[in-house]
Amino acid sequence: MRRLASGGDIDRNRPLTFRFDGRRYQGYAGDTLASALLAAGVDVIGRSFKYHRPRGILSAGVEETNAIVQVTAPFEEPNVRATMLPLVDGLDARSVNCWPGRRFDVGALNGLLAPLIPAGFYYKTFLWRRWDFYARYIRRMAGLGKTPAVAEPGRYERVHHHVDVLIIGAGAAGLAAALAAARSGARTMLLDDGVAPGGQLLSGGAQIDGAGAANWIGAVTAELDGLDNATRLARTVATGVYDHNLVIAVEEAPEQSWVRERLWHIRAARVVLASGAVERPLVFPDNDRPGVMLAGAATAYVKRFAVAPGWRAVYFTNNASAYAGAAALHDAGIEVAAVIDSRADPGAEIELACSRGIEVRTAHAVVGVDGRSRVRRAMVAPLRGGRPAPVDADLLGVSGGFNPLVHLYSHTGARPVYDDRLAAFVPGDMPPTLDVAGAARGIFDTAGVIKDGFRAGADAVHSLGLERPEIDAPPVDDGPSFAIEPLWTVKGGRGKAFVDYQNDVTLDDIALAHRENFRSIEHIKRYTTAGMATDQGKTGNPNVIGAVAELAGATAGETGTTTFRPPYRPVSFGVIGGMERGQLIIPARTTPITAWNKAHGAAMNEAGANFRRPFYYPRPGESMADAVRREALAVRNGVGIYDGTPLGKFELHGRDVPVLLELVYTNRWHDLAVGRGRYGLMLREDGRLLDDGVTFRLDDDRYLMSCGTGAAFTVLTHLERALQTEWRHLKVFVINVSAQWANLCVCGPRAREVLAAVGTDIDLSPTFRFMDFRRGRVAGVEARVARVSYTGELSFEVNVRRRHAREVWEALMAAGAAWDITPIGSETSGVLRIEKGFVAPGIEGDNITNADDAGMSWIVDMSKKDFIGRRSLERDRKLGGERQHVVGLLPDDPAFVVAEGSALLQSGDHADTPNFQGHVTASCFSPTLDRPIALALLKNGHHRHGERVVVSGLQRTVGAEVTRPVFYDPTGARMRA
Amino acid sequence: MLLIPCPWCGACNENEFICGGESDRKRPTDPAAVDDKTWTDYLYNSTNHKGMTGEWWWHVHGCGKWFTIRRDTVTHCIESAPGDQT
Repeated sequence: MRRLASGGDIDRNRPLTFRFDGRRYQGYAGDTLASALLAAGVDVIGRSFKYHRPRGILSAGVEETNAIVQVTAPFEEPNVRATMLPLVDGLDARSVNCWPGRRFDVGALNGLLAPLIPAGFYYKTFLWRRWDFYARYIRRMAGLGKTPAVAEPGRYERVHHHVDVLIIGAGAAGLAAALAAARSGARTMLLDDGVAPGGQLLSGGAQIDGAGAANWIGAVTAELDGLDNATRLARTVATGVYDHNLVIAVEEAPEQSWVRERLWHIRAARVVLASGAVERPLVFPDNDRPGVMLAGAATAYVKRFAVAPGWRAVYFTNNASAYAGAAALHDAGIEVAAVIDSRADPGAEIELACSRGIEVRTAHAVVGVDGRSRVRRAMVAPLRGGRPAPVDADLLGVSGGFNPLVHLYSHTGARPVYDDRLAAFVPGDMPPTLDVAGAARGIFDTAGVIKDGFRAGADAVHSLGLERPEIDAPPVDDGPSFAIEPLWTVKGGRGKAFVDYQNDVTLDDIALAHRENFRSIEHIKRYTTAGMATDQGKTGNPNVIGAVAELAGATAGETGTTTFRPPYRPVSFGVIGGMERGQLIIPARTTPITAWNKAHGAAMNEAGANFRRPFYYPRPGESMADAVRREALAVRNGVGIYDGTPLGKFELHGRDVPVLLELVYTNRWHDLAVGRGRYGLMLREDGRLLDDGVTFRLDDDRYLMSCGTGAAFTVLTHLERALQTEWRHLKVFVINVSAQWANLCVCGPRAREVLAAVGTDIDLSPTFRFMDFRRGRVAGVEARVARVSYTGELSFEVNVRRRHAREVWEALMAAGAAWDITPIGSETSGVLRIEKGFVAPGIEGDNITNADDAGMSWIVDMSKKDFIGRRSLERDRKLGGERQHVVGLLPDDPAFVVAEGSALLQSGDHADTPNFQGHVTASCFSPTLDRPIALALLKNGHHRHGERVVVSGLQRTVGAEVTRPVFYDPTGARMRA
Repeated sequence: MLLIPCPWCGACNENEFICGGESDRKRPTDPAAVDDKTWTDYLYNSTNHKGMTGEWWWHVHGCGKWFTIRRDTVTHCIESAPGDQT
């Protein structure tokens, strides 16, 4: 056991039981999984990504790169940082990336093969043609964590929030900034990824206002919590800063137990980034052995969790900060064997060691580590060369300096700059609405950090027009000031020296990339994958840059840094999806008839605009083909009915509606009489098909336009865009009434009888002509009845208000029973359409098809001076060339329906011949003609009627005859009946 | 996500809008009178200007109005273009 007898922020009265790799352990409330595992003496937490080397805990925070675990209880979650996971009773976690177990792992053989798998190995070896073969093995060997096998049972939610000032990070700088902002009255929000606020203050030794830092933290948070305009969130990580200060943050396990994670969309007028800095390791052989730990993390485990990360420590540092750590461990009763300082001449900090009798070796370095699954000895040699001497130790605290966490700053597109004094990348130019404060800005002394926090908070509110608050910074008693002499790499020694633990990138890999002439740091990053793991190079990146700089004979500043992108740390898919999962991803739209359809056994299918429509209505024992045949023949010979409610419907009001119609349709509209309708074709400005539909004139200045279900939104956009941008002088209102009016279409030779039987005051005699529109009552309900036909038969479209639709539908079904009225599905409508050769712009049109190609020149009136698409169509006609035209196809095999999408080839060509002639756009078995038919786009098709083509599908290749795209009632006599 | 200043509703999230492209390109008043090059330039060639650019936006999930803004395509700084909003 490595638990210290006293101290720490843990609650020794609340022991918690947890499991790791199946074994039971005990920790306390207040522990993280990492601190509890350390206390239990578990050294190896997992295996590394590529070489499967044993790895222990490196850090005590979000930067952790080694201790990644798979949590299996209380819920399954991969890719969890053990250092950020608060311990709960019953927690069950597993190590990752090892098989059969973390102590003996077959993949560790990769370590022996290491010379064969250098950087760029994948690119060089697994050429793409063979990738699918290798992938199976590589994916099993590599990868941190497994996708849970069961559906995620947890609930997630999303919150949108607006604030004046958002402060990210509740360490010394963030607390100060939040206090300054909140005191001024600004709406203030403070996020922190930890359970408790305080950041580095929690494990540092600074005295604030004459007392421990905890007092100051407590006073500031108490004041913030008492202010209505301040909000504080714990365990909340800002994962990205996006345009115009949109900050995305993930709150883990909020108070409400039913929410697992909450996604915050925070729009902040000002952002203060107070994310602090993380320590980086030093690069020396075998610097990844369990027991090698960041110096500051060792202090944190002792002070916050009362855990001795080892009983005999050696420190290896290139800066002043490690001495305080050595002193803290010594004072906690842990033996500190030596501080190895690469600097020849340390400053006043050396007193911290000397006064405690800790040996200091200056101008020395650790050049190797003994022990595989735990540090046993550090090999120490003078920097200028010489025989390494062993120093016994089970803990090697390392400090290579500090990396300000500039990730979120970089998300704005700003570039960090190198600071020689700190040997670190710090923020450069500040974006106008984001500021960086404290250690994230490169200020490492507590007094300076608090002062800078107050400054940033005051600046933020001042820039928003509020008074600067009066705040006196408290007196701070801190340790020795920070000083560093960079030591990017340790020369000599054997064994791998890691610059990126998580992706197993070594100094040799960087050297190889350099030898292969990679120069840009961005290229070296991608070639070696350094900094590309889930930790985003938080600890290792500067070491990569430093190593590259040494190889190139440049400075770290000249080498430059890579680009940090969101997310700052991995984000679960669950929280991204939020409530939008299952049926709620894209909620299906319904009509008033949907429930009736389902109750009557309709097979439902996806239609346009997220509607579900009946596909067909199978009777017991019927196949789909049987049902479609029965329904189609009912419409041709008797009467059918369908629910056309999903169609787009727009009322156009205003004196200039005819002008608008002349613009958006290709034909004439000025002469349309009240009570009459007309079919129209809409083109895009580039002359291609947009949509078609029928528009009726209801009154002098009121029109009703209908359009395809899927095209409704496009048409609305088209109309509004025309009216509000180019033709703003037109007096027209467009009112979308798609959801207000239900549309019940009675179609077939017996339609007139059915309508008469259901009861209507509308005169149904032949004076009610095709394309007429009449108002009246149908089945006792106010209705608008139009004679239009999408089936090619006599049809009455009964439009009633949505709330009456179900009763009118049922009345029509009852009245039509005498003629065996048959509800038809969308598949049957499609068959009837193909038989009639009605071109559907969204099906026959392929975004290149123009009005002529579709065989619709008859409706294009080029004598009009202007309409949308006219100029482009004119140009198409002038250019000529070989275009694809809509044709009909009569496949040879009377029993085989060619597949939609099949390629058309010239007769005699083989399927491999690169002589593509077009494709099948719609295909069906025609019950009326009792044979398969199809519509297609065919090169030069208008001039090829009677020719033969080959239809090449995935299943079969058959011959077909090209015909006019009309198979039934070419004169349209039936629908005009 | 950009914050788009709708002249009617105030600043709203970009996903309430549809961008209608550059507002400085005007449809020729008499398309039949212009040559093919002028016409295809209007149809297909955006200026893709680096810097302040006029843009149409449609507040489709809001008030339904089309309006123009000036947006710096590098910094995303946005200026409203009042007087162009009727």
